[in-house]
Amino acid sequence: MEARIRIRNTKSILFKGVIVFFAFLITVPLIIVLLYIIKQGVTQVSWHFLTHVPAPVGESGGGISNALLGSFIMVMMSSVLAIPVGMFAGIYLSENPHTKLAYYSGLCVDILQGVPSIVVGIVIYFWLVKPLGTFSAISGSVALAIMMLPIVIRSTEQTLRLLPPSLKEAALSLGVPYHRVILKVIVPCGFAGILSGIMLSIARIIGETAPLLFTAFGNPYLSSSITKPMESLPHLIFTYATSPYDEWHNLAWGASFILLMFVLTLNIITKLITRKWNIQL
Amino acid sequence: MKNKRLDLSYSQMKWETIFRRILIFMSIVLVLIVIGILITLIMESMPSIKSLGIGYLWGKVWDPVSNIYGAYPFLIGTLLTSFIALIISIPFSYAVSIYLGEYNPKGWLSNLLKNTIELIAAVPSIIYGFWGLFVLVPIIRTFEAKIGVAPYGIGIFTSSLILAVMIIPYAASLGITLIRMVPSPLKEGAYALGATRFEVIRSVIMPFTRSGLFAGVLLSLGRALGETMAVTMLIGNTSTLAHTFKDLIFGPSNTMASVIANEFTEADHTVYLSALIELGLVLFFVTVVINLIGKRIITRFTNN
Amino acid sequence: MEHTVVSASKFNAWFGDNHVVKDVSIGIEKNQVIAVMGPSGCGKTTFLRCINRMHELIPGATAKGSLKLYDDEVYTMNPIYVRYKIGMVFQRPNPFPNLSIYDNVVAGYKLNGLKMAKADMDNIVEKSLTSAALWKEVKDSLHKKGTFLSGGQQQRLCIARAIAMEPEVILFDEPTSALDPISTSSVEQLFHELKEKYTLIIVTHNMQQAARVSDKTAFFYLGELVEFDDTKQMFTAPADVRTQNYITGRFS
Repeated sequence: MEARIRIRNTKSILFKGVIVFFAFLITVPLIIVLLYIIKQGVTQVSWHFLTHVPAPVGESGGGISNALLGSFIMVMMSSVLAIPVGMFAGIYLSENPHTKLAYYSGLCVDILQGVPSIVVGIVIYFWLVKPLGTFSAISGSVALAIMMLPIVIRSTEQTLRLLPPSLKEAALSLGVPYHRVILKVIVPCGFAGILSGIMLSIARIIGETAPLLFTAFGNPYLSSSITKPMESLPHLIFTYATSPYDEWHNLAWGASFILLMFVLTLNIITKLITRKWNIQL
Repeated sequence: MKNKRLDLSYSQMKWETIFRRILIFMSIVLVLIVIGILITLIMESMPSIKSLGIGYLWGKVWDPVSNIYGAYPFLIGTLLTSFIALIISIPFSYAVSIYLGEYNPKGWLSNLLKNTIELIAAVPSIIYGFWGLFVLVPIIRTFEAKIGVAPYGIGIFTSSLILAVMIIPYAASLGITLIRMVPSPLKEGAYALGATRFEVIRSVIMPFTRSGLFAGVLLSLGRALGETMAVTMLIGNTSTLAHTFKDLIFGPSNTMASVIANEFTEADHTVYLSALIELGLVLFFVTVVINLIGKRIITRFTNN
Repeated sequence: MEHTVVSASKFNAWFGDNHVVKDVSIGIEKNQVIAVMGPSGCGKTTFLRCINRMHELIPGATAKGSLKLYDDEVYTMNPIYVRYKIGMVFQRPNPFPNLSIYDNVVAGYKLNGLKMAKADMDNIVEKSLTSAALWKEVKDSLHKKGTFLSGGQQQRLCIARAIAMEPEVILFDEPTSALDPISTSSVEQLFHELKEKYTLIIVTHNMQQAARVSDKTAFFYLGELVEFDDTKQMFTAPADVRTQNYITGRFS
């Protein structure tokens, strides 16, 4: 009897050992990737690197200013497109959870969340690139906005659902009309959650390459025209990483480092906000 | 004063209606976007569906130069990369779920590990691809030389390795939440009967969370199937299928997403382009169905 | 002559098919404290929420019959205007967590976009907080968040918020059920002072409270208004056997 208990206990301990081993082993690839990118990228970054366009093959120097500007412009434009739609749709979902429209738009959020980003790229190609006759920053932004939407909607919806109904009642009982109740009481009270959803969605789209391949395309020159092709950080990394030149690889390492820093910072800030406000996303 | 308030309240009523309409309108926009995506994909796939028929899906040859299109190599490439990645990732995502859900649900170490794993999903796929191309590929090449296959370095195996890492967070973070939801009276009941921790996990926690953990695996699979950039950089972009299984796994190949990424802007005639879009349509359907099934299981699980 | 502020006749309310308020007729006079009591589920809270048209905000909720504020039919008035005139205090204190104490008091003005001079606003804040017996406690921390106050203070802040709108009637939905005994007595004391200016309708399931604070008491049972009389009369010699059973604790 005692021997059997000992065997069972040993088994239990062994099992825990295996679990702990696998659970921590998974952080190893992440740490290796992060350290490698930092090691390769940090030496590339300089003021010159941030303020110049890539140098042609064979010339040294050059930077990623075109991609920085492009990513900035396109992320801004997609935020302008996606945040109002996402917030209002999220408010609708949290306010009217049982309507038919809520069911179908909830379903559509789930669908959008699962759509491969390359498919969004294809669709925007036919919606915008073909009619406009050229790759453009606009079409890239619309593609990214569609990628942003589900995250903004879900975070808005879930944050607002967590707010106590008494808050809404308090405002309504003062004769505050519905739209002011939502915009001046409910949304400000859930602001932290909505904001972290927005930041998370930006962190996601800033690294998206696939939807940009057939929409914004790329542009080796500094351009701020939204009707022309535009470079972005991830697209620059893709082009330069798959090129055969060492200088270009270095440029891509530098760009990867910058991109990674953006993404990590956004994620960490979001984590801090959600932890402080105890929000589940 | 009193009349002013009355006037104001009437103008406010108008705004209330407008505001409600905006909410409804934005929700409809969302539905329209999704319907639009579907319609566009179907419409643009029509030339290919018409001229190639359903046989396109199991056509073994993809040769745009001779105008022959068969999706079979990409279906195989996609399924193989995704399933190998899934198999590699499952032990990890289950281990993380059990460790953070049961053994160590609170405290700084638990939080640190959980946040680290969530960061895995935050790193853009292009960065995994780039790193894989320059660090992982040479390692795999050495390994391939040792086991006696052509040392390409790139291919299905390499892509699967990277994919496995990328998809772990999706199954893991769901698994953690679900395992934490196991009611403690259930566990205590088993402990009271003298069960060890392992026995409680095996005979109480696992059966209780099985469907939910499966849903997590489905979500991971959905990610893997649609993942584009990392795979595009690592799979080798070869549209012919290798003849032996070993060459297939370790040699270059193509997935649906990667062939679209590589050839879409080069597709110079209607059927070629349309054949690529049809791949996108298939990909759309498969990932959407997998995701919706996963979500349904989760909803049912959390409602019970 | 006393003047009737709120009157209902043959008033009914439903949640879907559930008939929760049945043929209620009542006349409430100015500057009185009315207690509304009855076992839980008797429709007392629903009736209260019908008076300022909060009931209809719940999906599936309907109401029918006549309900008047002075001579105006409440259900043909603009609901927003009704809620200006009839304030409400809830079961749990619910100050706006994103606003300071000061802004909480004038929330009714600010959230409605009613503009006024700073001096007027200061004046309203001081007057309302004084009426709510909170001014002395918070006058040095007006710009702190309202959620830092204790439960009883928060509830008095909510009362000040209602007073600030200068309503005719203030509805209280079990206003002390979430408070400790000391906070409860501070709120109860307020009722006596507030009735000088307002008409108070208080839903409570605490009979002692009803007896302590009210001039008149309405007893609801299964959606019907069983009895409405002077509080003293009701507690000493109830006319209806159901009232008597309730008061003597035969059902709860």
